[in-house]
Amino acid sequence: MIETKLGEFEEVILLLTGILGEEAYAFKIAEEFESQTGRSVSIGAVHSTLTRLEEKGFLKSEMGKSTAERGGRRKRIYTITAYGKKTLTAARDFKQALWNQFPGLAMRIVVG
Amino acid sequence: MPTHPPPLAQRLLKSFLRSDLAEEVRGDLEEKFYTDLKSKSVFKSKLIYWYQVLNYLRPFAIQKSRLSYLNNYDMFQSYFKIGWRNLLRSKGYSLINISGLALGITVAILIGLWVYDELSYNKHQKNYDTVAAVLQNNTEDGKTETWSSQSYQLGPELRESYGSYFKYVVMSSFASSSILAKEDKVITITGCFMEEYGPELLSLDMVKGTSSGLKDPSSLLLSASTANIFFGADDPIGKVLKLDNSVDLKVIGVYQDIPDNSSFRGELAFIAPLQVLVNRGGRSFGWGNNWLQVFVQLAEHVDMQQASIAIKNAKMKNVEEDDKRFKPELFLHPLSKWHLYSDFIDGINVGGRIQFVWLFGLIGVFVVLLGCINFMNLSTARSLKRSKEVGVRKVIGSGRAQLIRQFFIESLLVVTLSFICAIFLVHLFLPLFNQIASKNIRIDWLNPSLWVALSAFAMLITLLAGSYPSFYLSAFSPIKVLKGTFRVGKYAALPRKALVIVQFSVSIILAIGTAVVYQQIQFAKNRPIGYELNGLVTVPMQTQEVKKNYNALRNELLTSGAIAEVSTSETTVTNLWWSDWGYEWKGKDPSSPGHIYRGAIDYEFGKTIGWKIKEGRDFSRDFPSDSSAFILNEAAVKYIGLEHPIGETIRFYGRNFTVIGVVEDMVTQSLYESNKQTVFVLDRFDRASFINVKINPEAGASKAIEELNRLFVKHNPNTPFEYKFADDEFAGKFSFEARVGKLVSIFALIAIFISCLGLFGLASFMAEQRIKEISIRKVLGASVSGLWQMLSKDFVILAAMSCLLAAPIGYYLMNSWLQLYEYHTTISGWLLLLIGIGVLVITLITVSFQAVRAALTNPVNNLKTE
Repeated sequence: MIETKLGEFEEVILLLTGILGEEAYAFKIAEEFESQTGRSVSIGAVHSTLTRLEEKGFLKSEMGKSTAERGGRRKRIYTITAYGKKTLTAARDFKQALWNQFPGLAMRIVVG
Repeated sequence: MPTHPPPLAQRLLKSFLRSDLAEEVRGDLEEKFYTDLKSKSVFKSKLIYWYQVLNYLRPFAIQKSRLSYLNNYDMFQSYFKIGWRNLLRSKGYSLINISGLALGITVAILIGLWVYDELSYNKHQKNYDTVAAVLQNNTEDGKTETWSSQSYQLGPELRESYGSYFKYVVMSSFASSSILAKEDKVITITGCFMEEYGPELLSLDMVKGTSSGLKDPSSLLLSASTANIFFGADDPIGKVLKLDNSVDLKVIGVYQDIPDNSSFRGELAFIAPLQVLVNRGGRSFGWGNNWLQVFVQLAEHVDMQQASIAIKNAKMKNVEEDDKRFKPELFLHPLSKWHLYSDFIDGINVGGRIQFVWLFGLIGVFVVLLGCINFMNLSTARSLKRSKEVGVRKVIGSGRAQLIRQFFIESLLVVTLSFICAIFLVHLFLPLFNQIASKNIRIDWLNPSLWVALSAFAMLITLLAGSYPSFYLSAFSPIKVLKGTFRVGKYAALPRKALVIVQFSVSIILAIGTAVVYQQIQFAKNRPIGYELNGLVTVPMQTQEVKKNYNALRNELLTSGAIAEVSTSETTVTNLWWSDWGYEWKGKDPSSPGHIYRGAIDYEFGKTIGWKIKEGRDFSRDFPSDSSAFILNEAAVKYIGLEHPIGETIRFYGRNFTVIGVVEDMVTQSLYESNKQTVFVLDRFDRASFINVKINPEAGASKAIEELNRLFVKHNPNTPFEYKFADDEFAGKFSFEARVGKLVSIFALIAIFISCLGLFGLASFMAEQRIKEISIRKVLGASVSGLWQMLSKDFVILAAMSCLLAAPIGYYLMNSWLQLYEYHTTISGWLLLLIGIGVLVITLITVSFQAVRAALTNPVNNLKTE
């Protein structure tokens, strides 16, 4: 059994961080989450998860440049670490492996 | 766009959010808000903002508590050190603070002990909650009076008809003095005659023998100290004592002495069976003859209130037809209320000593408050001196909480020192206080709960005195303070002034109280009493022997030359309490009860006490018809409504009496009530219980008493000689008021002293602060008197304002106190004015000392450094 250390929500956030790239800060990630999943989420919940992922070493962050649009306040930009990427891949591979063992369904996914 | 995120939500976010997250989070939320605004209503956007803020209430985002895990021990140590140094640096102010607080605390502790003692009354009784006395309300002339006395019929009636309510019903005589004798040892002692179960009801602690046996009319119970007098270390059980020279009683038990804080204090040196008193005769047993007290103990699960209502008509049902008009209603007065709630007006309990508990309690609180005010005022007034320290501490990184802690610790130091002083003072003054308050309070210094209470009290005072200064001082802005632009604002002194006014108002009210109490006592003392107290001595006739030998004693006393006159009477003139109903006269309103007080006397009584005949004549042996004659006092003439009283006829118990004289009103009962309507009649029934002796003024009191003693013992070898000076008895009428007056005056003096201490401190501080200004004024030609005026003016204004505030309050309070007395003085404007002037003079003296000293200093000394 591979220890992925990733919850479902964490995994999505981690993926979104990777997708957003330079624009990956709490507010944007929350927005993206809502538009991609259709589920609403508070910025606080996202922020909390980001902090946890950073503690686990999947993410790193630094303060970005100040922009006029938010009263001159800087953003904290999150970037995915190599360890984070590796964990994501491992999680995907692990699930894929499980899917492959799922009779009848594996085929359809391969086709789809 | 003018719309902003809701400010309250922003403030909330700021209050809990970790400061290192503030920038990004606030940025994110703002961006969210403005994004929402584009597609949603302002209200909805704001709602979302609130939602987002509340969703940041997560462990990771919340600021850690300000309490750090640093070891604060060193800091506390430093606070104590700095506090101690500050105390030592300004010794004068520290002395004022500590002595003021110590005095206040001393007063508070003493009052606290007094209040505790009052509240603990009777609590030692095991049946505290279930014992009650049966009282009755009687209505006469529309006025309801409450009596504790009951008839001999009530006990059996309660037991038979209301037995289910009570475990015990016990009738007891009122405490009276009796003679106990064992061979040659004869003493007069106060005790009660009780029915059986009395000791059980009172939960007496038996030392020896048994408490059950009072049914046997030859039994006797003694208190431990009485037993000790007669038998010392011997076993008293089974020994025989002679009571009142008439019956032999066998001691069956010895009980622990009655404690000081008991309603029976000093009344139960022995308990004899009630039957002894009944057998003695001379008592009436009708429902209308009230001479006993009745105690009950409730049966289990019986409610006091319920039982009280149930027995309401127990007397009304049985009393003779004629007495039904008084509408006697019985009720229970619980033991828990005997001491503090014993006053009844119109049949309703209106409190009693509890009022003094409240009064003294309030005084105690106020006196402590005065000491605290001194501390607050001096601390804030001298804040300028500490402001730099506060600034530097803040710059170095001290938080406000730390500064508050520091100043609290300084208060704690002062309060602790004050407490140590106060405990010594309490120890020192407790005997004096006991003497004045007529108490026997002892402090058990080893009792841990005492120390817990004292520590809690100290903490409370620290909070009280320390909170204002510590919050005030710790709020200084470091930039202003260190830049030197810090100014104590124009209104900074306002709270200080208000506190000074409070201090002085309290002191003035106490002073007014003292003055009025003394004035009332003086007023009562100066009341014309209608007879001559000087050299009047009363001797109780306790035994038949004294009655038998009275004439021989009288003759020898008169021939001795030391005694001017001797007479007998039923009651003493200072306490003439006997009254009867049913006097009849011509033209009497049939609804009037004909209630008149009665003095049964002999021929020489009037001459002995020196009463003043206004009309008619005194009793005389020359008129045999005087055996059916009355002498009325002026109040009785008015009560009956006679215009020409001499020769009128008054009927009493079927006999006609002729009025032969009228005497001036005499104070025969309370000094504070109007004179009672009284008739004097020659004693036909051998009721005499007192010998009244008028000392020959030429002989001198001590020689006369010696002579009286010698002759009394010679004629009555089996009766102990006792005597009382009538003026001592009379002084007893205002001893309670005198005691209250003395206590209040002491508290008032202490209050004024504490207030002046504070004023002295403030004045010296003002003078110190303005010393440069004073010096410059002096250089420019100001006179010493001008400077003195300038420095004193403010304080005198404060004192004057206190007078204006306190005078009406004091007047109102004391006036309502005076209304409690039927015979009372009025508060004159002069008195208030005099106190006002007195306070102003004291203020001026206190302040002037500092003002003049400042005005006299050489300006060069203060200005040369500039």
